[in-house]
Amino acid sequence: MFSFLSREPVHDPLDAPTPTAHTQVKTTTCYMCACRCGIRVHLRDGEHGPEVRYIDGNPAHPLNQGVICAKGSSGIMKQVSPARLTQPLLRKAGSERGAGEFEPISWERAFDMLTERLGRIRATDPKKFALFTGRDQMQALTGLFARQFGTPNYAAHGGFCSVNMAAGMIYTVGGSFWEFGGPDLDRARLFVMIGTAEDHHSNPMKIAISKFKRAGGRFISINPVRTGYSAIADEWIPIKPGTDGALFMALLHELIASDLIDHAFLKRFTNAPQLVVLDDCERQGLFAFDPDPTRGPPGDGRHPHNKLVWDLSEGSVKNAYPEGIADGCDPALEGHYTLTDGTRVAPSFQLLRDRVASCTPEWAEAITGIDAQRIRKLAREMGETALRQAFELPIPWTDAWGKQHPTTQARPVAFHAMRGLAAHSNGFQTVRALAVLMSVLGTIDAPGGFRHKAPYPRHIVPNYRAFNDPGMIQPNTPLNAAPLGFPANPEELAINPDGSPIRIDHAFSWEHPLSAHGLMHNVITNAVKGDPYRIDTLLIFMANMAWNSSMNTMAVREMLNRKDEKGEHMIPFLVVCDAFQSETVAFADLVLPDTTYLERHDVMSMLDRPISEFDGPVDSVRIPVVPPTGQCKPFQEVLIELASRLKFPAFTTPEGGRRFTGYPDFVVNFQPQPGIGFLMGWRGKDGTEHLRGEPNPKQWEAYAQNNCVFQYHMPETMHYMRNWNREYLDFAKDKGWRQRNDPVQLALYSDTLQSFRLAAQGKSAGRQPPDALRERIDTYFDPLPFWYPPLEEASTDLDTYPLNAITQRPMAMYHSWDSQNAWLRQIHSHNYLHVNPLTAQAAGIADGGWCWVESQWGQVRCMLRYSEAVEPGTVWTWNAIGKADGAWQLAPGADEARKGFLLNHLISEELPCAGTASGRISNSDPVTGQAGWYDVRVRIRPAEPGEPEESFPQMASMPSAPGVLGKAASVLTYFAGRGKK
Amino acid sequence: MMQWLKDLMSPDLLPPLPGEGWGGGRGAGTGSHEVMKAAVPPPQPSPGRGGRNASVRAEPDETLAKQLALVIDLNVCVGCHACVTSCKQWNTSGSAGPLADAQPYGANPTGTFFNRVQTYEAGTFPATQTVHFPKSCLHCEDPPCVPVCPTGASYKRKEDGIVLVDYDKCIGCKYCAWACPYGARELDEERQVMTKCTLCVDRIYDEHLPKEDRKPACVKACPTGARLFGDVKDPDSEVSKAIRERGGYQLMPEWETSPANQYLPRHVTQQTAGQE
Repeated sequence: MFSFLSREPVHDPLDAPTPTAHTQVKTTTCYMCACRCGIRVHLRDGEHGPEVRYIDGNPAHPLNQGVICAKGSSGIMKQVSPARLTQPLLRKAGSERGAGEFEPISWERAFDMLTERLGRIRATDPKKFALFTGRDQMQALTGLFARQFGTPNYAAHGGFCSVNMAAGMIYTVGGSFWEFGGPDLDRARLFVMIGTAEDHHSNPMKIAISKFKRAGGRFISINPVRTGYSAIADEWIPIKPGTDGALFMALLHELIASDLIDHAFLKRFTNAPQLVVLDDCERQGLFAFDPDPTRGPPGDGRHPHNKLVWDLSEGSVKNAYPEGIADGCDPALEGHYTLTDGTRVAPSFQLLRDRVASCTPEWAEAITGIDAQRIRKLAREMGETALRQAFELPIPWTDAWGKQHPTTQARPVAFHAMRGLAAHSNGFQTVRALAVLMSVLGTIDAPGGFRHKAPYPRHIVPNYRAFNDPGMIQPNTPLNAAPLGFPANPEELAINPDGSPIRIDHAFSWEHPLSAHGLMHNVITNAVKGDPYRIDTLLIFMANMAWNSSMNTMAVREMLNRKDEKGEHMIPFLVVCDAFQSETVAFADLVLPDTTYLERHDVMSMLDRPISEFDGPVDSVRIPVVPPTGQCKPFQEVLIELASRLKFPAFTTPEGGRRFTGYPDFVVNFQPQPGIGFLMGWRGKDGTEHLRGEPNPKQWEAYAQNNCVFQYHMPETMHYMRNWNREYLDFAKDKGWRQRNDPVQLALYSDTLQSFRLAAQGKSAGRQPPDALRERIDTYFDPLPFWYPPLEEASTDLDTYPLNAITQRPMAMYHSWDSQNAWLRQIHSHNYLHVNPLTAQAAGIADGGWCWVESQWGQVRCMLRYSEAVEPGTVWTWNAIGKADGAWQLAPGADEARKGFLLNHLISEELPCAGTASGRISNSDPVTGQAGWYDVRVRIRPAEPGEPEESFPQMASMPSAPGVLGKAASVLTYFAGRGKK
Repeated sequence: MMQWLKDLMSPDLLPPLPGEGWGGGRGAGTGSHEVMKAAVPPPQPSPGRGGRNASVRAEPDETLAKQLALVIDLNVCVGCHACVTSCKQWNTSGSAGPLADAQPYGANPTGTFFNRVQTYEAGTFPATQTVHFPKSCLHCEDPPCVPVCPTGASYKRKEDGIVLVDYDKCIGCKYCAWACPYGARELDEERQVMTKCTLCVDRIYDEHLPKEDRKPACVKACPTGARLFGDVKDPDSEVSKAIRERGGYQLMPEWETSPANQYLPRHVTQQTAGQE
């Protein structure tokens, strides 16, 4: 009966569907997240030009070595997203911000408008222009723009991201994680990952973890939740959020008690043996110094070298360098001593020892929820692996003081940590504790431990000319200082003579002095409050402040539209630059359409955020592989155009003409130092000089021909111990990565912090905080790490709100940036609150049921899922998946809006504080201003029967912006080169 | 298995029809098929297929000399979904595509994917295991989807054991989806044909690709190297070694489908090497 059927297939699966279509392959760099893998974009000619047929990882690229993640493989859907903005837009006169009613305008009109307004601001009061950037990777250019404009009101997103991770480690070991350093999993035997879900340096981490596991390494994950990487950990140690600092202090306690510490490393390479003044005086808690005037000034965070040690072999004080590290000298790590002038001193390590004495595993168990015995066992495992399973590599090296080491000591215990530590108001001290832990084990820049990536290690504290005087802000004058940096003492704070903040975000003020990355999360609130002053123009690039990038989202949306008694907006002019119709676009007065990563030039620069490997610096570029869509312009081009029109000195010739034709020209020819530019490869007139050299007019072509990447391999003798490696230190200075070639001694004890504490205590001359903030600074600017409960707890009724609420970033999405992606949103079209079944059942909520999650600040309705992979005191969800209805050109009623939700509505950007004029202070770490996202406490309860089965709050649907790429079709059948035979 | 149907499909019962055979004719198919109707010269017989009398299809109960397959290493899969979208991306613009997405920007988006990753939990807190579990067609040695197909669209290749769908013959009746115990076949709602993993048959033999790229898109993409590809009949292949050395296992062996794809189990390193 089936005789009419042929057995042989008709369709040939090997048949090329468009065999005559022209194809080509171009290399560039991915930007679906900030990992920046090397990619090959395969193009196939279609009716209207080349279309993207597929994107794969470039096997020749050192970062990802041919692999690519879910996001990178979905770049096509980013490129063709209907949410793409394609023309500049101006808010319709008479319409409200947030209503999203725009008229398209020309670029020329947009530039005229901006040039006129910014020119006026610059000529009168430059600080009224605020430039804050979100997910950008070009801070060297945006920071230069702000500085040339003359405004201090500039930062990128680090303040609400993970500045605690950066600052906590940079102030301790001279480097941090992400692309600046990381675990050496090639040689480690034990890998401990803490507070990490997925961070942007992701594909290399995946490659490394897999290789590590296959080689028999042991992987422990410490996290309240077991997802992602933690799923393949050999052991999961659940922990309560915000308590990791207590764990680290207890581990330090155990390691010191068991003497599982690297004495030789501590004595030679850290400030552990340096003598701290104990007497009650102006220098209490700072390092003692040799009073001999020929030795130089007393020293501070940047000039540490004339310190003192106690030589046990001779029973006397010695200069720390060079006598303190000479053969025969045995500097003490413990004890109490007296200087010849009677000053009582102790090695800083003695003070650390005293600090951790009470941090027993039992103490930590009560805080973290981790069994005390488990903590003991973990300490023993770390210490024994680092010290007893150590080995040596046959790599000779010479240290900064001339001692030749015939081999390099390995310490095979590696760590990685991320936002789970950082996003708390106790994150800085927590990260300090981790960095001290990594240091006592001797793992800093050792094989198998933590390894820096160029341009790190940097000095503790990195050099910069501080912006610390309102007089530096002058009309039509570039700021003679960097708007962002690492303060070494109170003199470097950005404060007025009366101690009040100069910056709109209150960064580098007494409220949070070491706010190295600014506080983007407070700009809108402060600007609307006029605290410390009203601004005129806020330019936001690539940040979704009207939605998932803000705390207290609904209030921020109201504030963006708030008007004064004269009917003028509190923030008079709001400019938003983005590639997609985000929630924030609806609030702009002027919208500038950015290109996607496939349509632009970009640099992953050593001046900024390179992609270096352990063994040497690496930088890379993006080169357009398809033409810009519509009238999209890369934001860098916009900035250079404005800088040229406004005649910023760095962008203007002596004759008053335009210096750079555009961004590629700027990248090739701009040199902040002689021979140093944005790109280090193929410099010199003929392109033969690397790292340093004159501009090469064909530099972009050289990158294009070389997989868009330049990698430099340092000789092996410069691979390790670079804080103290003489050859490397000289090399780094010569290449312009550092201003000096001094060794970077690890700061287990932070005299930088102590200098702020002394000011608060009234013991030092010079700047002191307002009286109302003295106690806060005295408490938190502890020169030794310590754990304290997150600040929000003091304002929270923990009986009513007993649960911790946190978010994680999923591997298939990058913050808000992928719901407009037709493929990725099928992986995460909506989110649930994940709750341990015991907790959910106690609250009476069914698996999959609707529930309310409430903090003292707000409430959200959402769906709940039971999960055994979360500790019972924590609830969590994926971040940024919930969307406002209609945003991102999603159809009204899309899952993201109807079923998705944000925890942001539950989090306040301010906490009560008796120490400020307003009675409120940023909900942030008191040291760095890091947004305390994960400090919030909540309760859960079931939704009532009869409640609508949708998330709360719901937004009125956002209309389409004019010019967006397209209406969402009901069926998508993507095929590159369709219609071309 | 449905033996009577298998018997009907045997070569003794069904001589080749005139005008049919490899390379002849183009089926009408269903749905929007500009891609199918692209004006191309008639395809040449692929190597190894020979003329009219050499069948592409494996016989029922035939033991093949070569069986390509994937081995999924659950010990290192972190659930990143690289395999999911790299497959989608490759195939939507390839000979297996386009792969439709319904409601791509609306409520309940649902599209055709050949490979999906599900995440399971096992155990009770704190002894919870989270398992990321990718699954695509397992290219069974005795595939139940083949004999149930009324048109013969579902077939297993003799030369390498890959199980494929002939889109030109498929009528979208979904019997194969019912027969497959693994849920590895999806109906493309737009074209109304069944679709499934092809083991990137259009990559692995493509001599226009550099040799190191002649592997399935998912295998190349996977950042943790959790996907291995090769011939499970070759004892020296990477996949055979992995199965042997790491205790690779088949899914639901009780269904007697002999899936060619296998999984490598989790391996827990209890102590740092050298510790007692």
